[in-house]
Amino acid sequence: MSNAVHIVGTGVISAIGNTRAENFQSLQQGRSGIGRITLFDTAHRNTLPVGEVKLTNTILAYRTKLKKTSSRTTLLGLHAAREAVEQSGVRDLGSLRVGLISATTVGGMDRTENFFPAFLQDIMKGRLRDVVDHACGRSTERIADALGIRGFVTTINTACSSSVNAIQLGARLIAANQLDVVVAGGTDALTRFTLNGFNSLMILDPAPCRPFDAGRKGLNLGEGAGFVVLTSAALCAAEKLTPLATVSGFANTNDAFHQTASSPEGRGSFAAMEKALVMANLAPADINYINLHGTGTQNNDLSEGTAVKRLFDTALPPISSTKGYTGHTLGASGGIEAVYAVLALREQCVFPNLRFETPMPELGLVPQRTFERRPVKHVMSNSFGFGGNCSSIVLSNPV
Amino acid sequence: MSLYILGMGNLSPQKTWEDETLLSQAFDYQNQTLTSIEPDYEQWIPQQQLRRMSRIIRMGVTAAKMALQDAGVDVPDAIITGTGYGCLADTNSFLIRMIENHEQALNPTPFMQSTHNTIGSQVALLLQCQGYNQTYTHESFSFESALLDALLHAQDNPSQRILVGGIDEITDLSHAIQSRFGIFRRVLRSSLDLFRKPGKGTVNGEGAAYFLLSAQRPERGRKVCLDGIKMLYKPTPEILAAETEQLLQAAGLRRQDVDFVLSGHSGDARLDAAAAAFCKAVLPWSSIGLFKHLSGEFPTAAAFALWLSTRIIEHHHVPDFVIYKDSSRPMRNILIYNPYFGTHHSLLLVRAC
Repeated sequence: MSNAVHIVGTGVISAIGNTRAENFQSLQQGRSGIGRITLFDTAHRNTLPVGEVKLTNTILAYRTKLKKTSSRTTLLGLHAAREAVEQSGVRDLGSLRVGLISATTVGGMDRTENFFPAFLQDIMKGRLRDVVDHACGRSTERIADALGIRGFVTTINTACSSSVNAIQLGARLIAANQLDVVVAGGTDALTRFTLNGFNSLMILDPAPCRPFDAGRKGLNLGEGAGFVVLTSAALCAAEKLTPLATVSGFANTNDAFHQTASSPEGRGSFAAMEKALVMANLAPADINYINLHGTGTQNNDLSEGTAVKRLFDTALPPISSTKGYTGHTLGASGGIEAVYAVLALREQCVFPNLRFETPMPELGLVPQRTFERRPVKHVMSNSFGFGGNCSSIVLSNPV
Repeated sequence: MSLYILGMGNLSPQKTWEDETLLSQAFDYQNQTLTSIEPDYEQWIPQQQLRRMSRIIRMGVTAAKMALQDAGVDVPDAIITGTGYGCLADTNSFLIRMIENHEQALNPTPFMQSTHNTIGSQVALLLQCQGYNQTYTHESFSFESALLDALLHAQDNPSQRILVGGIDEITDLSHAIQSRFGIFRRVLRSSLDLFRKPGKGTVNGEGAAYFLLSAQRPERGRKVCLDGIKMLYKPTPEILAAETEQLLQAAGLRRQDVDFVLSGHSGDARLDAAAAAFCKAVLPWSSIGLFKHLSGEFPTAAAFALWLSTRIIEHHHVPDFVIYKDSSRPMRNILIYNPYFGTHHSLLLVRAC
C-alpha cells in the first residue's frame, strides 16, 4: 500500500465489558463473560450459555440517545463506534471526507423475530416499527446519522469474517485517497434466529467453550460491537492525532470447499494469512501474537490450527482465541478482535486462551495460557465465516 | 480509471438473456410484483447442486455463469456481490419453522443458506474460485458498493477479471410486509403504465445480474466501460449537482457531454418530481430514459440499469418504451441516476470505448 493507514481510535462493547478499558481489564484478569441467557426469551434459556452484553436495551438507548425500540444491533454498534470516535480526537467530522463501514450478519433480526409470530397469524398484524430496521444497512445508517457521517456509508455481510472486511475496505479507501477518515468495524446482537441456527447445526457447546482444546465441543454465541477509526498518516500529522497502530497488511480469500465447513487443510485461511504477510512485507517470524478465529468447533479449530502450523512452522508466536471470553460475536468478532489486537500492541502483552487443557492430538498446538507482558510489534488477527470467507489482518506498532 | 465490461448475465422481469435484439418486447405485469423470467436452470447448474439451492441462489449463480460464458472466461479472479435483502426465502423459512416448532428439531439447511454471502460463496464454490470474495448489503448501495470495491481492486490488480453482481428476490412475505409501508401502488393494472398514470408508490421488482469487469481493455468484448461511481447518502440538491459535475470532470467530461440519463424514476409522483428536477437543472441537454416499469423497484435495480445502458450503447438504439425525453443524441455517454426512495442516490457513468 502506497500510503500508510493508521488506527487512531478504538471502541468495543462485549460480554466482558462496555468499554475498551473494561474489556482490557477482563482480558488481563482472565474473566470470562460467558453465562446464562438473561435478556431475551428462548426455549434454550437454561441449556445454552452465551456471551451477553450486560446492558439492557433501555440502558443502551439511554446511553446512546437512540430510541428504545431500536435494534440492539444498532444500539451496540453506536455505543462502540462513539467510543472509537471519541478516542480518535478527530473533531468536526463535517469538514472531512468521512465514511462509516459497518458489518453485521443479523441486522435488525432481534426485532423481526418479535414481529413474525403475530404476522404469521395475520399478515396485517405485527408492529411495523419492529421490521422497519430489518435490513443490515439500516443499523449502519442509524449509527451514521447519530455520528453525523454522510460522506460514505456501506455495510458488509460475509458472515463471521464481515468486520475484518469492513476494516480492509476502509483502509483501501483511505490509501486510495477517496476518504480522509473511516469508522470501520461491526456489530451483532444475540438473537433467537442465530442461536437456533447454530444449535440446529449442532455446533454449540452446552458449557463454556474451549477453543483449540482436544475436548472442545463447539462454540458459544456472543454479542457486541467493535470499531476502529482509520486515517492516513498525512492527516494524522496535520491534525496532530495519535496513531495507535498501523494497518500493515490484510487479505480476503475463499476456501471454496463447503457452504459451512472449512477444508481440512484450511486452504482459505492459509492463503489469507500468507497474503496478509506478503502485503505487510513481513515473515512469519515477525508476527508476535496471533489472535485466532478459534471458535471452539471441531472443524474450525482443526482447520485453522493446521493452516497456522503449516505457515508458521518453527516460527510460531504466542497464539490465542479470545472467544472463550466473549463468545462468538459473528459479524462483530473481527472488529472486537481488531480492538484487542490494538490493545496487545499498546499494552505490549498477549492474552490467554481460556479453558485450555489438552492440545489437539492432530497438531499438538499449545495456545497462550496466561496474560503476559512481552514485546509485541506485529499482531495478526483471523476471521473466517460461512461460505468459505476467510480474512486476515496484520496490525503493527506505528512507525 | 475505466472498468471494461467483458461479459454480462442478467435475469430480470424482462427477457434479458438470449436477447439478440434488445428488448424486442416489453413484458407487462398486472399485480405490482415484477418477478424474473427464469431459464431452465439445469442448463447452467449441475443437478446435484441445483436441488439444494433456493431461488435467489439459482438466479445469482446462473447470472454469474452467463456473464462468464459471455466473456469466454472459466473462472474469475474475484467475486463481489451486492444484495439489499439477501436470501429472504431461506431466512423466512428458518424463522417460520423456529416459531412453529417452538425452537425444537430444526432443519439447519435454510439457516446455512440464509446469510447474505451465500450467493457469492456458492458461485465461488461452483467455480472453485479461491480469490477475493466480498458481499455488500446496504439498501440501494449494495451493488454500487460492489462496483466501487471492484474499481479499487482493479487499481491494485489491473489484469484481474472481477465478477460483480447485484441480486435481490421478492418473496410473498417480504412483499406483504413492504406493502404495509405503503410504498407500492394500490391500483395499477399494467406495470407498463407506471409512468403514464402518476400516483403514489412504485412497483416491486427483483433480478440477478453479474458483470465480468477488468481494468485491462479486452481484445474482444463489449466495447463499453464503467467510468465512474458515486454514492450519496441523503444529499442536498446542491451536493447532488456538485458531485455529478465532479464525477463527470474526473472522466474528462462536461455536463453537456452526457448523451443519455437513465433515471431511476420509480413511478411515485412526489419522488419522481425531485428526480425530474435534478435532470432538468443539471443535465438539460441530455435525452432521458426510464427503466423501473421494466425492472420494478428493488435495492439492486441499478444492476438492471447497467445492463440496459450497456446494451443501448452497443445497439446505438433506445427502445421506445424506455424513452422519456428524446434530445436526438448519439448513445456514447450514459449517466445512470438512481434516487432510491429519495435518500440513497447513486450515479454510474457508462461509456462507449
